[in-house]
Amino acid sequence: MTPTGSKASLDELLLMREIENFLYREAELLDERRYEEWLDLLSDDVAYWMPMRRNVKYGEWEQENTRPDVDMNWFDEDKGTLALRVRQIRTGVHWAEEPISRVTHVVSNVRLLEATPSLEQAGEVKIACSFIVYRNRQETETDFLVGRRKDTLRRAGDSWQIARREIMLDQNVLLAKTVTVFL
Amino acid sequence: MRAAVGSAAHGKFTGNLVDVTTGMISREIFVSDEIYKRELEQVFARAWLFIGHESQIPNPGDFFSSRMGEESVLLTRDRQGQIHVFLNTCRHRGMKVCRYDQGNTTIFTCPYHGWGYATDGKLVGVPYFREAYHEKLDRPKWGLVEVAQMENYKGSIWASWDPDAPAFSDYLGGMRVYLDLLLDSRDGREGDAEVLGGIQKWIVPCNWKFAAENFVGDAYHAISHRSVDTVGIAPGGKGRTDDGTTRPKRYAVSFPDLGHGTNTTIQMLENEPYTPIYPNVSELQDYLKREYEERQQRLGNMSRLLGSASTIFPNTSFQPRQPRTLAVWHPHGPTKTEMWRFVFVDREAPEKLKDLVRRYHELSVGPVGMTEQDDMENWVYATSASAGTIARRYPYNYEMGLGGGQPSDFPPGLISDVPSEKNQRGFYGRWAEFMDASGWSDLYPKRVGR
Repeated sequence: MTPTGSKASLDELLLMREIENFLYREAELLDERRYEEWLDLLSDDVAYWMPMRRNVKYGEWEQENTRPDVDMNWFDEDKGTLALRVRQIRTGVHWAEEPISRVTHVVSNVRLLEATPSLEQAGEVKIACSFIVYRNRQETETDFLVGRRKDTLRRAGDSWQIARREIMLDQNVLLAKTVTVFL
Repeated sequence: MRAAVGSAAHGKFTGNLVDVTTGMISREIFVSDEIYKRELEQVFARAWLFIGHESQIPNPGDFFSSRMGEESVLLTRDRQGQIHVFLNTCRHRGMKVCRYDQGNTTIFTCPYHGWGYATDGKLVGVPYFREAYHEKLDRPKWGLVEVAQMENYKGSIWASWDPDAPAFSDYLGGMRVYLDLLLDSRDGREGDAEVLGGIQKWIVPCNWKFAAENFVGDAYHAISHRSVDTVGIAPGGKGRTDDGTTRPKRYAVSFPDLGHGTNTTIQMLENEPYTPIYPNVSELQDYLKREYEERQQRLGNMSRLLGSASTIFPNTSFQPRQPRTLAVWHPHGPTKTEMWRFVFVDREAPEKLKDLVRRYHELSVGPVGMTEQDDMENWVYATSASAGTIARRYPYNYEMGLGGGQPSDFPPGLISDVPSEKNQRGFYGRWAEFMDASGWSDLYPKRVGR
């Protein structure tokens, strides 16, 4: 079913609260550099995608984002390659993250797009949110990575797992010299 | 070596900024505004620069927005199928006539006053042409500014603003065989590569030459990549790449008269058997083995040439196999560079292989790539450290392998054992020649090829 958002039921409020808590918990793990615990929040078949964004003529929206599985993307990864990135930071000689960045994830505008099979017994949800990721490292190096996400979350025991994440970073030419943080 | 910019030492602008005989290079050249402004005129307005690839504009009316130096240019295919490169600015008041990254159009209409240009650059639309200009505007004279020279080399598009620049093939000289490794098919057939959709573009606060010199022949920076080597991202699971050979030998190959350079891997034997690439993907092994053997048959001894990181003077770098990319280091000021990355693949490769190639590059190159992130860190902080009042008094050391290098037929060029800084000295020696020359008559012809 698709929630309308106009008049929320108690079930919807409870589900939303649960999802928000999950997203805030995820942000906390990343900000506290608990990357291995963050990896545990990803399903084994997770798809993690961040396209490049093009300037295109009005209406030619199909060309605006690079396509997963076809074009070069900023990220088009699975759990295995995300785990490699975590291991790279853990070597202590990944110079782009050594010394390590100070990072804060702000997650907001959380919306429930779809719950299946039902709000009352949601086993999988599609959600949307906005993010601001602030990254500061060395003395003055500062990046703001701002955009929107669409996540598919799957219930896993008492919690949730991220099964799919689409990240729309609102930049054309990437203004950060590197992206060594998870979004 | 406190080199005063513009001093008359040796009667040259560069004075003793670059001394390739002693291997001393001033930090000034990485941070000085004056030097940078001169580079835009003396280097970027003269040299052959990479624009794009014809696979990006397959149909009439297709365009791709690129850059030359600091300026925006349009790569177009006109209605007759001819390829052009234009400055992306209206001749009337300068507004960009195209602000899209790519697309297809019949006309570029300036959003300011409405002058319209066809994809062949002709001025075809002028609002109030009769009422306001009384039909006296000489429209043929006011088309888009087109480059002085353009070359389509095996699908790669290059251009120069200087009508006196030598033909692209002469500019490339002996470096051609190494560029061919990028542009030719892996089975040895000429050309037939394509660029994957999605050009990486990112801003790095560093001088463009740090990137160019890293690719021209720096085989010394192993520690930069220790983390990725430890983790292993190659398709086979170990190191950065496994697209090689069981008996590799590496050389630095320099073309100091032209400024180009490469580190190349060669195979020791002409009939060396196939070493599996993407060894875990059994379904591709027949294709990859056949491709490898066809390459040996077609190229013979030259099939032993595998290539590696390379720079074509001034700001085009590439790696021909794994990774198989071309990078352009667009200058944005002395301490700022816009980096672009194009990923190449054989047009006829199986979709499965294209997918693996794509994923490998997403993981490896550019600002999100596990290998290259660590390069950027070094270039950024090397740039800022070049600016210090005290630091600037101390030149950089390019002494490694000083005086070395010997002419070679295979691998072709002036070769040195690696690591060596022969290639970097060649690059900066040529840079100084460009900075001092009054024009191409001072720069070419030279002793070309070696």
